[in-house]
Amino acid sequence: MDYDFNFSVVWRNWDLLAQGLGLGLFLAVISIGIGCGIGLIAAFGMLSRHRPARLCALVYVSAIRNTPILVLILFTYFALPQMGIALGKISSFIVTMSIYAGAYLAEVFRSGLVALPRGLREAGLAIGLTELRIKAYIIIPVMLRNVLPSLSNNFISLFKDTSLAAAIAVPELTYYARKINVESFRVIETWMVTSLIYVVACYLIAALLRRLEQHLALPH
Amino acid sequence: MTPVLKISNLHKRFGEVEVLKGIDLTLAKGDVVSLIGPSGSGTTTLLRCVNLLEDFENGSVEIAGEAIGYRAAGEVRRRLPERQIARQRAMTGMAFQQFNRVPHMTALRNVMLGLIKTKKMHRDEARVIAETWLDRVGMGQRKDHYPGQLSGGQQQRVAIARAIAMNPQLMLFDEVTSALDPELVGEVLAVVRDLAADGMTMLLVTHEMRFARDVSSKVVFMHQGRIHEEGPPEQIFGAPRSERLQGFLSNSTI
Amino acid sequence: MNFSLFLTDLWAARMSLLSGLGETVLISVSAIVLGSLLGVLVGLALTYGHWSLRFIVRIYSDFLRGTPVFVLILACFYVLSVVGLDLSAFQAGVLALTMFCSSHVGEIVRGALKAIPKGQTEAAKSVGLTFGQTFFSVLMPQALRQILPSWVNTATEIVKASTLLSIIGVVELLLATQQVISRTYLSLEFYFFAGLVYFLLNFVIEQAGRAVERRISIPR
Repeated sequence: MDYDFNFSVVWRNWDLLAQGLGLGLFLAVISIGIGCGIGLIAAFGMLSRHRPARLCALVYVSAIRNTPILVLILFTYFALPQMGIALGKISSFIVTMSIYAGAYLAEVFRSGLVALPRGLREAGLAIGLTELRIKAYIIIPVMLRNVLPSLSNNFISLFKDTSLAAAIAVPELTYYARKINVESFRVIETWMVTSLIYVVACYLIAALLRRLEQHLALPH
Repeated sequence: MTPVLKISNLHKRFGEVEVLKGIDLTLAKGDVVSLIGPSGSGTTTLLRCVNLLEDFENGSVEIAGEAIGYRAAGEVRRRLPERQIARQRAMTGMAFQQFNRVPHMTALRNVMLGLIKTKKMHRDEARVIAETWLDRVGMGQRKDHYPGQLSGGQQQRVAIARAIAMNPQLMLFDEVTSALDPELVGEVLAVVRDLAADGMTMLLVTHEMRFARDVSSKVVFMHQGRIHEEGPPEQIFGAPRSERLQGFLSNSTI
Repeated sequence: MNFSLFLTDLWAARMSLLSGLGETVLISVSAIVLGSLLGVLVGLALTYGHWSLRFIVRIYSDFLRGTPVFVLILACFYVLSVVGLDLSAFQAGVLALTMFCSSHVGEIVRGALKAIPKGQTEAAKSVGLTFGQTFFSVLMPQALRQILPSWVNTATEIVKASTLLSIIGVVELLLATQQVISRTYLSLEFYFFAGLVYFLLNFVIEQAGRAVERRISIPR
């Protein structure tokens, strides 16, 4: 194979790549934040005593989990305006990703809640806390600590899914990679560098989150 | 004087099975009553009904003259709203067999939680009270430890401090030493004994017969959801009347 | 929303949507079958390989799992034509999904093989079985049972990821849907319809997986 590697064209655009990476991370952080809120509500919904609440939560979770994320992204961006809900590219993407993350996190939180000992709730009841307070001060903090590893994994996949924002022309890393690809014709270099950035970013995020997990872990 | 606890004709069923078949029990201020009986006799369920951790179908429980959990509306009885129930639960303190520790809070914050959130105390005031009680149960040195760093006996003492710090009218102890290694039982019983000597009104379920005999003003023997025999400890342990109680005691280690 | 208009258009577009669905199924099945076969090799190499082989396969697997599928698809599509491999968009896409699938199946297989107690291999050896015999008669039957749920999950991931081939111009269900939308302007209805079809596809796969799981489960 005769091919002269020339990475300089790609490196010349490092600022674009960095910007794209930054936007991707930003989108992932915002979406997981909102997604956690939605996921908590859905998880309590799935465990609720009320049938309608259980049903709603179940339909939401299984519908979103079984639908391709790209379809959801395109639906929110292109189809919702038909119903009068027109959002900008970035906000539409954040809305989609939050709802998407929420469905996955709901499942994580649900199994976290089921695994908690029953006595935890009773400890709160016995000192006169209301159900809502028990959830806020005892149940949720303990559960979140227990599911932190799954939460980290979900964040990393969410970050990788931000590459799909390129499909609606949100200028994140993959979007710029395609742009550089088309403008420079340095195809191999562009995609090698791009996937390397993703791999390294995922690796660093994973290492960082592992540190955080250790930091938040309860001393034994 | 109004009794601290008055249980009248209490009935409780789990599905088809009636586990409490009409219990009457009254505790005056300063009484220490031990509930003994084989497993399935209903002792723990009775305790849980008093703290409203279980619903009950019939009868009433009054604490300091206030009927708890339900109000009669004509013919039907209705469960009180959650806020009311939470307030009434705080009138009693409860210590559990499994300690029910809150693992992400230090011993100190475990004790402060109810003071701040239920009693709406200021943080500083809550801290002073919590520290006082942790000292009382001998855990003052370890107030900044997390439950995971403490032994079972230490966790149980923190749990007792958490309950007693709420200044309850009545303390409930549900087999507080059953989950402990034998060498840790003593330190927990010492705390309970100390509280009894202090005049605290207490209702306890226990399998420690020697302890029940030492600490109680009255012992109640339950069998199949009924009170089978009751009386002062000297009578229950020294001169049991019924065959059932004699059988039960001969199988227990004193 | 004009429902009867949608139904008329849906009927008119039935052939192109059906052929899109056929393409989606073809892509998914090819990628799942090829990727699983390759994945088993990856898993075996990761578990039993010489350390140098393990090292190379580990890099392959980590790199693929750290890169977003979308980037993988774009990279295969653009890069392979430059290096002289003349693949169609369909082939490039299937190749990307196959590699993606193989890395995930590889990890699943490795996990399952690692989870089998060491004593069993030793017991098999002690009764005189060769490695091959041990593997096929003792290890594999157990590993397969353990693998099934995650493997089914990976299969649904592939079906969902097949939508990404629409971006490189493969007319699978999503692109076929978008083409219909560009003629009818009924984006809300048709995106919703596409989402529903994907949901049903995945739902069927999940249920089938559960049914198989029940049949082969070892009573305990």
